[in-house]
Amino acid sequence: MAGKTLYDKLWDDHLVKQRDDGSALIYIDRHLLHEVTSPQAFEGLRLAGRKPWRIDANLATPDHNVPTTERDKGIDGIVDPVSRTQVETLDRNCDEFGILEFKIKDQRQGIVHVIGPEQGATLPGMSIVCGDSHTSTHGAFGCLAHGIGTSEVEHVLATQCLVQKKMKNMLVRVNGQLAPGVTGKDVVLAIIGTIGTAGGTGYAVEFGGEAIRSLSMEGRMTICNMAIEAGARVGMVAVDETTIEYVRGRPFAPKGDAWDRAVAYWRTLHSDPDAVFDKVVEIDGAAIKPQVSWGTSPEMVTSVDGRVPDPAQEEDPIKREGIVRALKYMGLQPNQKITDIRLDRVFIGSCTNSRIEDLREAARVVKGRKVAPTLKQAMVVPGSGLVKAQAEREGLDKIFIEAGLEWRDPGCSMCLAMNADKLGQGEHCASTSNRNFEGRQGFGGRTHLVSPAMAAAAAVTGHFVDVRELLN
Amino acid sequence: MRAFTQHKGIVAPMDRSNVDTDMIIPKQFLKSIKRTGFGPNLFDELRYLDEGKPDQDCSQRPLNPDFVLNQPRYQRASVLLARRNFGCGSSREHAPWALEDFGFRVIIAPSFADIFYNNCFKNGLLPIVLDEEIVDRLFQETYDNEGYELAVDLAARTVTTPFGECFPFEVDDFRRHCLLNGLDDIGVTLEDADLIRAYEEKRRQTAPWLFAGGH
Repeated sequence: MAGKTLYDKLWDDHLVKQRDDGSALIYIDRHLLHEVTSPQAFEGLRLAGRKPWRIDANLATPDHNVPTTERDKGIDGIVDPVSRTQVETLDRNCDEFGILEFKIKDQRQGIVHVIGPEQGATLPGMSIVCGDSHTSTHGAFGCLAHGIGTSEVEHVLATQCLVQKKMKNMLVRVNGQLAPGVTGKDVVLAIIGTIGTAGGTGYAVEFGGEAIRSLSMEGRMTICNMAIEAGARVGMVAVDETTIEYVRGRPFAPKGDAWDRAVAYWRTLHSDPDAVFDKVVEIDGAAIKPQVSWGTSPEMVTSVDGRVPDPAQEEDPIKREGIVRALKYMGLQPNQKITDIRLDRVFIGSCTNSRIEDLREAARVVKGRKVAPTLKQAMVVPGSGLVKAQAEREGLDKIFIEAGLEWRDPGCSMCLAMNADKLGQGEHCASTSNRNFEGRQGFGGRTHLVSPAMAAAAAVTGHFVDVRELLN
Repeated sequence: MRAFTQHKGIVAPMDRSNVDTDMIIPKQFLKSIKRTGFGPNLFDELRYLDEGKPDQDCSQRPLNPDFVLNQPRYQRASVLLARRNFGCGSSREHAPWALEDFGFRVIIAPSFADIFYNNCFKNGLLPIVLDEEIVDRLFQETYDNEGYELAVDLAARTVTTPFGECFPFEVDDFRRHCLLNGLDDIGVTLEDADLIRAYEEKRRQTAPWLFAGGH
């Protein structure tokens, strides 16, 4: 019998019941909640007279609607009354049901996918869900983690389980060593550019290979975060010493004997050497250059030294139509050089790239330089209050402020523009976020997805440039 | 949940691939704490010429005459014909809520994004995967015939055209069962409450750190 993949092991360990019809009940160890996708779920519980199955499996924080300025005002700082109601509703629901919440004024508040790992609330081998598609982030810890809709949020609250059907196994192996200046973000954009935005649909994707193994946990989280942009609900990386060292000593992590026992189990969380995958994709990591998206889907991406594609060269009529539409929306010309794209704003943040390592990389690039005068705004939004405090201890805030970037308070911010931070119509933004969909960062806004280092390089030059030219 | 057995309705063609959930229902409308009322803002940025805001009277807004759902022949549509990877992007269930609130009961496409596909079944909305070649033909027939309707039978798993052509489709037995009967799947899961407790007891022994509580 062939060995098991990491996904097979995680599935088996969480299987409560296999039903005859092919569906299964899967147990959920950790449920993360935020204000946007939970109110209707709590309301559903109330209407049905149900109680949460296991209170201590839940952890909540407001992140999508929170302002990134004037946070000392707390909820009163949320100007939009509809946003404020949503955050107040989360507070009220968590208070009523006794769920632990890091509220808006708590220093531990932050983007839900940043605070889980930061607190050790994300532990290797867990099954983790959240009403947010970027829950795949937690797969970086060898977790079975994926996004769910609001009906499933209610289902998990009520039963601590989900009804699932086992997915297929895919391995994306990134071989070789990454070039200096090339980050996890560039790797995942290159992967999405290769397999396409639906390439992972129906699969649980494990990222492996030398290039992945050599990444920090931050880099691995960035890659798993964007698995969903390749269509895969689940992205994973096997547990190794890097994983274990990251978890050690975090507030929710086990201590003493429990730690030793947990580590012994965690070391088994990798695919067996003879495991069989339904699909294997090989990527040459050494060949990856800094990436920039040019279109309105994350698969519309190329290297910084590349050009905007010419739809006339595309044979598939549906793809050709997609390129034509994207170029019109983005205001770009076929064959235009990526480095010639004029930028208006720069956004460094989001659950993809707002962790301490991301901020260090960006600071390294802008240090001693100034934001280009042609830019309207360049902002840095740390992923959590604790990331912000750490960055300030390291003096990163001063580097950003001296260079002319705005240093904000934690939240999802301009990644999806549910708070006050947004693009104006027609504005181009170099963004470290995860989606370049039409209107995502603001009505008529034009998003270019890049790494924090590339966003920083764009901030000080006003256009895209290979960050390696600035680092030499 | 509203049960789904059979449905026959006018088809609207959404002729673009990778329609994402931001496009289906933009983020400013996700601030609602209700499940209803998203229909007027379905495809908001494509449908209207101005920027949509929550709690607006949409009947006073300038419509984009080029957008398919604004064309008189598609206004009563309840079957959405779409392209590859429909519903990609976020997990927001507001996307199926908006489609359902507008009046759609069926979406047909060559492929769907996983989370969106799953969310549809929780809301009495049936997503149907058909081969791209068949979808191409349905698009052509929709364009060619005003008032074009498709008939969907979930029990028989078939889509039938006005010309009598019948296409079978696949759907998981559990999802089909829940949708046919309008079942609350939380209730179904809770029938196995003893199994869930037994699993927890076993896990408490093998992985006690998962039950250590808060911090």
